[in-house]
Amino acid sequence: MARIKTYVRPMQGWWRRNPYYVRYMIREASSVFLAIYTVILLVGLFRLTQGEAAWDAWRAALASPGSIVFHWLALLTVSYHAYTWWKVAPKTAPDLRIAGRPLPELVITAGGWLATLGTSALVYLIVRWM
Amino acid sequence: MKRSNEPIFWSLFGAGGMLSALVAPILIFITGIIAPIGLWMPGQALAYSRVLGFAQHWLGKLMLMAVISLFLFHAVHRIYHGLHDIGVHAGTAARVAAYGSALLGTLISAYLLIVAGLR
Repeated sequence: MARIKTYVRPMQGWWRRNPYYVRYMIREASSVFLAIYTVILLVGLFRLTQGEAAWDAWRAALASPGSIVFHWLALLTVSYHAYTWWKVAPKTAPDLRIAGRPLPELVITAGGWLATLGTSALVYLIVRWM
Repeated sequence: MKRSNEPIFWSLFGAGGMLSALVAPILIFITGIIAPIGLWMPGQALAYSRVLGFAQHWLGKLMLMAVISLFLFHAVHRIYHGLHDIGVHAGTAARVAAYGSALLGTLISAYLLIVAGLR
């Protein structure tokens, strides 16, 4: 059967044409950084099971300039994921009502951002002092 | 009609998205930036004996397991669906590879936590 040659609109670089799509792609790209970061943690856990010397070698590797740069990029993109996660929370959360009235979108979003700040402070304090 | 298995992966994506929105930035900041350069975080905070103790405690195990597993399931779901956006029309093989690697990471972390408990 002959192949029908229909025009297919080229989609190369589609997301660069609109700032909204650029932000969408940054959000989606955060998952690549999150995946790599998680693998780094998994390697750390593996090194931990090998003993103190292996653990310290893992920590030394994390202090290398390339690692620091990667973690800054991961921090920026994953923080953007956290920002957007709460931004869409009013649409993804179940119907929340107080005294029969739907909770304002800003309350849900701001509540989420505060939850992230609160848990971040808690994690920091636990790692540092507990 | 055959039931879709999407709700399972969607739930794992959602749980990972929620957990990572709450703790991923601070974890990256601590383990990847301030602890390695020794700013605002003393070196002994991540000392071997301390982290091993954490990995041997049942609550520490649960936290490490949740972070590693849910972060992975969240990430692979986004990466798999993001392939379409960069012009890759992925099929079943990519789907299996994506969720399979998250499952593998979960099993490896469970195994390592058991091994850490024996030290």
